[in-house]
Amino acid sequence: MDLELSEEQRIIVETVRRFVRDEIVPLEADLDPDGSALEPADQERLVAKTKAMGFYGLDIPPAYGGPDIDIMTRTLMAIEMAQHRAGLYAPCYGVFGGAGLAQLFEANEDQKQRYLYPTLRGEKHGFFGLTEPSGGSDPARAIQTAAVKDGDDWVINGGKIFISGADVADYGIIFARTDKAGGRNGITCFIVDADAPGFHVRRIVHTLRSTSYATELQFEDMRIPATNVLGEVNKGFAVANDRLTRQRIPYSAGCIGVAVKAQEMAIAYANQRETFGDLLATRQGIQWMIVDNEIDIRTSRWLTLAAADKANRGEPYRTEAAMAKLVASEAGGRVVDRAMQIHGGYGMTKDLPLERWYREIRIRRVGEGPSEVQRLIMARDLLGGSFH
Amino acid sequence: MNLRLSKPWLDFDAETLSRVPGQLGVFQLADAGGDVLYIGYAGGKSLFGLRSELQSHMDAEGAVSFRFEVNMQYLTRYKELLMLHKADHSRLPALNALEPPVRLGRLG
Repeated sequence: MDLELSEEQRIIVETVRRFVRDEIVPLEADLDPDGSALEPADQERLVAKTKAMGFYGLDIPPAYGGPDIDIMTRTLMAIEMAQHRAGLYAPCYGVFGGAGLAQLFEANEDQKQRYLYPTLRGEKHGFFGLTEPSGGSDPARAIQTAAVKDGDDWVINGGKIFISGADVADYGIIFARTDKAGGRNGITCFIVDADAPGFHVRRIVHTLRSTSYATELQFEDMRIPATNVLGEVNKGFAVANDRLTRQRIPYSAGCIGVAVKAQEMAIAYANQRETFGDLLATRQGIQWMIVDNEIDIRTSRWLTLAAADKANRGEPYRTEAAMAKLVASEAGGRVVDRAMQIHGGYGMTKDLPLERWYREIRIRRVGEGPSEVQRLIMARDLLGGSFH
Repeated sequence: MNLRLSKPWLDFDAETLSRVPGQLGVFQLADAGGDVLYIGYAGGKSLFGLRSELQSHMDAEGAVSFRFEVNMQYLTRYKELLMLHKADHSRLPALNALEPPVRLGRLG
């Protein structure tokens, strides 16, 4: 794989880097350290800028109005977009837009009219509901939410947990068991309206992230028309799985972006802070931390770009994406941790973004499939087995 | 787990406020009838945490009592309290309604 950027990629990366530095970082100075939203006027102004730059809606296919930017370049951009305080979970505060729920591009035309196009126009918001209290790592077996056919409708009972954005969404994509004996072949994907009778947001689930929460959902005799089945009945697992694999590349890129910024901060601080009459940078203990950081960053970057490269070429990339996600999320955590150590007391404060990254990046080792599941995915592929 | 704030109400006066900790968290202001007028939070920008944040609201019209909760998850807890209030009363507290938060979620 040739890791040298093309001239176009270099220009794009430099443009995004400048955008983060000149437009995003200055605004953060006035926000709460845990904030994840810009003032509406700033949001509007910056969205207009990214549209003018031709970078709005990066993961929207060109056929639907998105820019024609390949996955490799989008990954390079995602690494840049994460390099600010809120960057891990709110890269550039969303001013580059996004496709939202990519599964809707596979929907039928009626569903696209009702959900996809309004979402792309910013009129509707969706959520993704897979994990249940019974587990999230093994959705094929853990899903207990049941959908039973009743005339032209499906009646759904059950619940979901750790679901982001369901309380502010207009609709969601959820997965329910439609064949008890079918295992992974007994799951169906549904589009549900958030105002459907029987749809309940039961509570907020607080996490390490102060800025944003998850929700717990309950479905009580929630009646969904058969026209809202996304894809085929009993084939929903493939829809979920495809999404999980695809998400792992930008997920990894975010971890790398934060790690790059933490390393920059650590180097700058080591070169200015004195202890016992000399700069921190002259201390071997600090030097080794900086070097270990760099190894972690470059390893993560190499693996993530390798996954993006395979995806770009249309080749299977499940193993590569799992490896990238595993390494980038764990290495990113180590880098932030070392950067905090180098900063000493200041590293623990809300004056710097490190403490926020430290909390948020810990979630990355679990979100979108924990490290252990990534290893399981790779072991399956490497050993060619369907064991569990 | 009690989702709603259930701490005792305290007098909203300078002396009582001077004893409030400088930590991060959430608070409520209430009128003489015990109705919640305002829900706020002390975040990372608050100079002396809950104490200075509450002191900055001393001129809140009708507020005679307050209560608070030290909480590092102050932003999500703040949103949760607003959402709970709206679920219970079908409206935001009067002073929050003057500047309603963008895209507040719903419970229920």
